[in-house]
Amino acid sequence: MTKKITLKINGTEHTMEVEPRMLLVHAIRENASLTGTHIGCDTSSCGACTILIDGKSAKSCTILAVQADGKEIATVEGLATAEGLHPIQEGFHLNHALHCGFCTPGMMMRAIELLDKNPNPTEEEIRWGIAGNLCRCTGYNNIVSAIQWTSAKMQGKELPSTEPKFV
Amino acid sequence: MIPESFAYSAPTTLDEALALLQEHGDEAKILAGGHSLIPMMKLRFASPTHLIDINNIPGLSYVKEEDGYLKIGAMTKEVEVEESDIIHNKYQIFIDATKLIADPQVRNFGTLGGNLAHGDAANDHPAVMIALGAEIEITGQEGKRTVGIDDFFHGFYTTAVDEGEVLTEIRIPAASGNYGSAYHKAERKVGDYATAGVAAMVQIDDQGRCTRAGIGLTNVSPLPLRAKRSEEVLIGSDLSESVIEQAAQYASEDCSPSEDLRGNEEYKRHLVKVITKRMLKKAISRAK
Ligand SMILES: Cc1cc2nc3c(=O)[nH]c(=O)nc-3n(C[C@H](O)[C@H](O)[C@H](O)COP(=O)(O)OP(=O)(O)OC[C@H]3O[C@@H](n4cnc5c(N)ncnc54)[C@H](O)[C@@H]3O)c2cc1C
Ligand code: FES
Ligand code: FES
Repeated sequence: MTKKITLKINGTEHTMEVEPRMLLVHAIRENASLTGTHIGCDTSSCGACTILIDGKSAKSCTILAVQADGKEIATVEGLATAEGLHPIQEGFHLNHALHCGFCTPGMMMRAIELLDKNPNPTEEEIRWGIAGNLCRCTGYNNIVSAIQWTSAKMQGKELPSTEPKFV
Repeated sequence: MIPESFAYSAPTTLDEALALLQEHGDEAKILAGGHSLIPMMKLRFASPTHLIDINNIPGLSYVKEEDGYLKIGAMTKEVEVEESDIIHNKYQIFIDATKLIADPQVRNFGTLGGNLAHGDAANDHPAVMIALGAEIEITGQEGKRTVGIDDFFHGFYTTAVDEGEVLTEIRIPAASGNYGSAYHKAERKVGDYATAGVAAMVQIDDQGRCTRAGIGLTNVSPLPLRAKRSEEVLIGSDLSESVIEQAAQYASEDCSPSEDLRGNEEYKRHLVKVITKRMLKKAISRAK
């Protein structure tokens, strides 16, 4: 038996008929054709599928599409506007915080909620804050730098250097 | 991975949820945070034919002190516990525990009721609830009943919550006097289940005597375990170094860990001893 649901993704309503067993990540990728949200592990571990539901970061491989009926969903596709990149995208770009880019959409969506709750996090708070997102390429240091840079940018503070750091 | 087909209801009152549970019997399951259930359904370890989503029922999510208890609504999410002022001021054990449960995204969804109702000795809240002496309120069509935490866990994935019932509230005797609590687990990586975990609670009178103590152990026996001999040696004592040592020794002897990928039995017993000592000291320092 299917159920009719409406997902408001990045401000646009998507109405669809889904089986209750359809995972939210499939509804986003296949029904709404927004493939920026990735599937890494499919076992709730890697965070590649992270999106925001009503502002809260969520692993969309572990949520049913029917549970998100009527909710506001934000995915990576909604970050950039006509004016340019979102500060978190700019931060990742300038700080070399991605190599293959597979983890990046989930990592950025997670970082957005982190900075929303804690606009000025310490390095330790950032590392605990992204504990649910795995990156197989970067070694995380540049991701931490990117989030620190974005924090400064969003608060209008002096921007840290984006020169590559060798640690 | 996609779960087997099921029907889905999202009732907006508890009465409706209870009626649906009654109607569908053991084919139905409650969906709370879904962060244990959905992974199990994807792996087809669980295949309920009816899911009853209780997220739309108002009034099941709160953290408050009332009538001498700390009361936590079953649908309270880990993140809400982490961010609660009462918890920060008086029940730091939950700050210790939630930080080590999974990761922020999982804690945005996982509920305390679900963590207990899941009935898994690898979960962290069972040991915390044992240490704090919690009571669990269970609601069925006939009304409410309360079960002490020591009678709550029946076996692997089975608890005192019977068919047709919903876990509705967790009640913990409120902190009073010099009260301190702490939790730690050894884990191989963030989000892993405990290799071994220990929850400790102590209450100390003005003469420095221990008047109440609770010790719960995570993932070192088939059921979440109360370290009874450890508690007995603590209560009435002056909590000296040698008493703490003895309590830790008893905990390591009284658990029954099994060898797995996380370590062998000897290693796990050693961890229980070391962590029990550390958590007792931390709880005592928080009590003072
Ligand atoms: C990657 C990952 C890592 C994790 N790591 C940890 C960890 O380190 N420590 C830890 O403790 N947990 C961990 N978990 C489990 C997580 O905390 C779960 O959220 C929790 O175990 C279950 O809570 P839930 O609200 O998600 O319950 P659900 O998954 O919705 O339900 C679990 C079970 O309990 C039943 N149930 C739920 N609520 C009720 C109720 N009110 N009344 C009656 N029955 C009910 C359901 O029917 C189901 O059988 C992890 C999960 C993931 C995905
Ligand atoms: S794909 Fe969802 S957590 Fe890995
Ligand atoms: S950039 Fe490749 S996984 Fe993170």
